[in-house]
Amino acid sequence: MRRAVVILIPYLWLVALFLVPFGIVLKISLSDIATAIPPYTPNFDFSAGWAGFKDFLSQLDFENFVWLTEDDLYWKAYLSSLKIAIISTILTLLAGFPIAYAMAQASKEWQPTLMMLIILPFWTSFLIRVYAWMGILSTEGFLNQFLIWIGLIDTPLQILNTDWAVYIGIIYTYIPFMILPIYATLEKLDPSYLEAAEDLGCSRIQAFWSVTVPLSKPGVIAGCFLVFIPAVGEFVIPSVLGGSKTLMIGKVLWEEFFSNRDWPVASAVAIILLLILVIPIVLFQKQQERQQEADS
Amino acid sequence: MKRFTFFNATSLTLGFAFLYVPILILVIYSFNASRLVTVWAGFSTKWYGELLQNQQFLDAAWVTLKVGLISSSIATVLGTIAALVLVRGGKFRGRTLFSGMIYAPLVMPEVITGLSLLLLFIAAGVDRGVFTIVLAHATFSMCYVSVVVSSRLISFDQSIEEAAYDLGCTPFDAFKSVTLPIIAPAVISGWLLAFTLSLDDLVIASFTTGPAATTLPIKIYSAVRLGVSPEINALSTLLIGIVTIGVITASLVTKRAALHRKRQEELAAQNH
Repeated sequence: MRRAVVILIPYLWLVALFLVPFGIVLKISLSDIATAIPPYTPNFDFSAGWAGFKDFLSQLDFENFVWLTEDDLYWKAYLSSLKIAIISTILTLLAGFPIAYAMAQASKEWQPTLMMLIILPFWTSFLIRVYAWMGILSTEGFLNQFLIWIGLIDTPLQILNTDWAVYIGIIYTYIPFMILPIYATLEKLDPSYLEAAEDLGCSRIQAFWSVTVPLSKPGVIAGCFLVFIPAVGEFVIPSVLGGSKTLMIGKVLWEEFFSNRDWPVASAVAIILLLILVIPIVLFQKQQERQQEADS
Repeated sequence: MKRFTFFNATSLTLGFAFLYVPILILVIYSFNASRLVTVWAGFSTKWYGELLQNQQFLDAAWVTLKVGLISSSIATVLGTIAALVLVRGGKFRGRTLFSGMIYAPLVMPEVITGLSLLLLFIAAGVDRGVFTIVLAHATFSMCYVSVVVSSRLISFDQSIEEAAYDLGCTPFDAFKSVTLPIIAPAVISGWLLAFTLSLDDLVIASFTTGPAATTLPIKIYSAVRLGVSPEINALSTLLIGIVTIGVITASLVTKRAALHRKRQEELAAQNH
């Protein structure tokens, strides 16, 4: 009896504040604009019983989803979110791998400090870290001043308000998620494998490609998922660093909701964003399970 | 056969420069006398003075702190219970759904969490303000707390708990005098995590707040959209300073607690 109470407290909390809201989003995404705009009253009346439920079902329509597929903007936003997320995941991997590798090679006394230094920025505000790049990337910003000073360019580059600024923002804020899992696999790597490879005549670079890289695969995959999944739905980075031409689905949802006040379309966008993310999330979970089995 | 080569040193240097130089520039230019944020015009603390006189920022800071303290405390209690249920609860109907609801918010895009909670609050006719932000933050941070606490629960030796039962403890006594002290470090770091997540959150707070309550991130975001400003630099510096001191203190405290525990365990082992 007491056990049931203990289980019920967090259970009911999550049902009320996680599951039910989802149901509402799904429902609104399937309803007409007129019935779903504030003051919003739920169409589904529990007291009406079965007849009410049938009535409720007949009111649902897929107009908003059809509309989403017809309007170019949404297609472009989906594809552009995927493109930005994929490119920035690859760039984060390229930047993160050497750092994780170097951390794993550092002496044992230094490793906890290095870990701490990687995690520390993660604790400071996300918004502030993104904001910090505004002053660096603007046309009169530090990066342009520096590039002109060393004579690489004559006229300032337009970086802020382009997709490049978004890539830099995503790499900067999500790189700890890439470094930590890769570091965790590299740190466990038994150095005698590398010795064996070199004894068998591999050069150090060959040994790196044929031993270190394949063995770090679980960490690389985990890191890529951990960067890719949040990057797809990202709102703050494209909104602060990207320009008006940067299309990302999180930004579109926000604008549909706050500027256009079109709740059904915003809800439909949310449902489709979720459907896009379900595939990588399930794949990630499968991979983690397989990894756990392999470890034990 | 660890080799720390020139290549490794370079990638570490560049990596940490990439991570820290932007923050460093932000901090340095918060002491700039000029309003132009990219031109250095001498040292000054006037932006901090202006910040302290800006009533809007002070109000927002107070709302943020209130939301953070209350929501992280609720999240810690709920998240710890949820972790106990997940790890020690055994089998019950709907367990899969339960663990799904714990892990899903961790990967859910914030815009969706925010939107769905807003629609819930409107459907339920709740006035939006501090109360609704607290509910929203407590919900998503309890999932983080339960992940942190359950990893600690999985790793410790369950036979200590069983010994407490054998010695006649009720489940509540056993939890209070055995389980809680062991998982305490995880509970504390879960609270800290929940607190920082709440302080940091822009998207969910924007969706779930009403006109009465503005949090600091919402305030910063609306200022940032107009461009870089020295007041925001000053405010960011203060926040970075507080968080850095907090994180370093927390890590020193947990390190010392771990040392203390280890010493006590050694003493106990000697006495046997």
